[in-house]
Amino acid sequence: MKIHEYQAKEILRKYGVPTPRGVPCFSVDEAVHAARELGGPVWVVKAQIHAGGRGKGGGVRLARSLEEVKGLASQILGMRLVTHQTGPEGQKVRRLLIEEGADIKKEYYLGMVVDRETQRVCLMGSPEGGVDIEEVAAKHPEKIHKVIIDPATGLKDAEADGLARKLGLAETSVPEARTLLQELYRAFWETDASLTEINPLIVTGAGRVVALDAKLTFDDNALFRHPEIVAMRDLDEEDPAEVEASKYDLSYIQLEGDIGCLVNGAGLAMATMDIIKFYGGRPANFLDVGGGATTEKVTEAFKIMLRNPSLKAILVNIFGGIMKCDVIATALVAAAKVVSLKVPLVVRLEGTNVELGKKILADSGLPIIAAANMADAAQQVVAAAKGKS
Amino acid sequence: MSILINRNTKVITQGITGKTGQFHTRMSRDYANGRNCFVAGVNPKKAGEDFEGIPIFASVKDAKAKTGATVSVIYVPPPGAAGAIREAVEAGLDLVICITEGIPVRDMIEVRDRMRRQGSKTLLIGPNCPGLITPDEIKIGIMPGHIHKQGRIGVVSRSGTLTYEAVWQLSELGYGQSSAVGIGGDPVNGLKHIDVMKLFNDDPGTEAVVMIGEIGGSDEETAARWVRDNMKKPVVGFIAGVTAPPGKRMGHAGAIISGGKGTAQEKLAVMEECGIKVTRNPAEMGKLLKSVLK
Repeated sequence: MKIHEYQAKEILRKYGVPTPRGVPCFSVDEAVHAARELGGPVWVVKAQIHAGGRGKGGGVRLARSLEEVKGLASQILGMRLVTHQTGPEGQKVRRLLIEEGADIKKEYYLGMVVDRETQRVCLMGSPEGGVDIEEVAAKHPEKIHKVIIDPATGLKDAEADGLARKLGLAETSVPEARTLLQELYRAFWETDASLTEINPLIVTGAGRVVALDAKLTFDDNALFRHPEIVAMRDLDEEDPAEVEASKYDLSYIQLEGDIGCLVNGAGLAMATMDIIKFYGGRPANFLDVGGGATTEKVTEAFKIMLRNPSLKAILVNIFGGIMKCDVIATALVAAAKVVSLKVPLVVRLEGTNVELGKKILADSGLPIIAAANMADAAQQVVAAAKGKS
Repeated sequence: MSILINRNTKVITQGITGKTGQFHTRMSRDYANGRNCFVAGVNPKKAGEDFEGIPIFASVKDAKAKTGATVSVIYVPPPGAAGAIREAVEAGLDLVICITEGIPVRDMIEVRDRMRRQGSKTLLIGPNCPGLITPDEIKIGIMPGHIHKQGRIGVVSRSGTLTYEAVWQLSELGYGQSSAVGIGGDPVNGLKHIDVMKLFNDDPGTEAVVMIGEIGGSDEETAARWVRDNMKKPVVGFIAGVTAPPGKRMGHAGAIISGGKGTAQEKLAVMEECGIKVTRNPAEMGKLLKSVLK
């Protein structure tokens, strides 16, 4: 689960990580009021959307007067901010963060992720702050310094100091950096984060070390023990189709193609998208109905797919193991009747009671195209989608 | 022959009294030699009772001492699942298979760290996996038993239904399996592709291996490099997720392309470089295997 920058900073502040003073705002009036309260002479007006790359997209601007704050706030609030992470349609800005200006002497990058190889948390730092870290990783991997953190001890003093020095911080700033790094790790660990980025971390003219930006993403599996974090969820930032799907315990991700897929199991769902592409089609979505494909779940899955205006055909690929094919076929027929499908439906069933399942589909009177196997199913659905266009 | 488990394996079920645990214990017990394999369940509140004749013990340690079981399978819900793994490891079992999906990554980091620190010899499969099966002998997990066929092909995969698809294709072509192992779709887990590959390499009953991977991490690449340098048997492979967009978690917690790393293309390329024949068509995993056998 993702949260906004201002929410991430609230969490980090609780752990003692220094951040600039700032106020989240939902209107222009609130923004001007916040700026007046913070005091001048310089403020930063920051668009709050979950996607990264906000600065380049014009979502982070400097204001030198309350008038300017007002102008920029009204400009940014409500705009569709386009960044490399939002897609071409952009993301509507509904929240702002008004912050005091900072005296930036030098910018750095900090990040933490779970390293799958060592099965520990990896802290990364780079003297190349404020820029796209993936670019740095690709062009100058030697400029990214890593510390693998022992979960039994946490980030040790010597490790934190070592990283601060590798980044080139002045000796006088090292103790402050050590505290910040250790508190950042504690925040990451205790909140069950899966990713944090401070980009940039800055050293001010006075030698203070401050998190100027903050990003925190959490492990969905651990949200059950963090109700305070769940309360920060902003549904406006998520794809409405994905939110709707999650209510029915469906895992759905919209893509750019025109062939809908309904599959049981994440691996088989990906493989189904792949085989559609292999035979020259374009998958419209990833959709895993999971272990229990009930009539209700299948009906909702069809409805969600059908909301996509690009949809030209649907492929259902179910490997019935524990869940028997006749049960699935019954659910499919009932669901197809409820939603009155207007696009061709290709069904591939395999597994337990497959013959019975196929008979239920054939006897349903619905124009279902039955496929013999996965390759046949993909070829049929690609042809059906092309015939329609 | 087989790897890790066979008809003589004695299994403890942790979480035997929950709905999922009951259902799959029944299915596993009714498969092949299951009646002699599933010898114990664990639930501290129901010690002394039984589940359809399978005695329930207060702890894994107890169950092991009373039945001689060396393997456990876990269906405990996510909040308690890591604790269940820890208990099984501390009881000194040989193998622990955790089926549970949705365990927090932090819990798994702690469990794995403890296992390393204690120098534990226990092998862990999963979490978030279908389990493993040695056809016509024993099935531990949630896979449909009847699609499997006894034979000489090893199967290792991160996914559930995609593994069933591969197994089904093999069985249809007449290729039975020595063992089929689902290692799970979580980012921090127990055995990885490389570990299972080593076991298949050493198993005289395995003639060739199908390795199925998916986007995220670099376990497939690591296994491929090991295969290049050490494997005595042919290996074929498939990677799911060529069409997956970056930054999106594709169902499995571990199936995500992050920072441009862990793409299917990259994995397929490394596998090919290492002499593993791959297909980009998931309907042809069985045929591909056939093509490498004389």
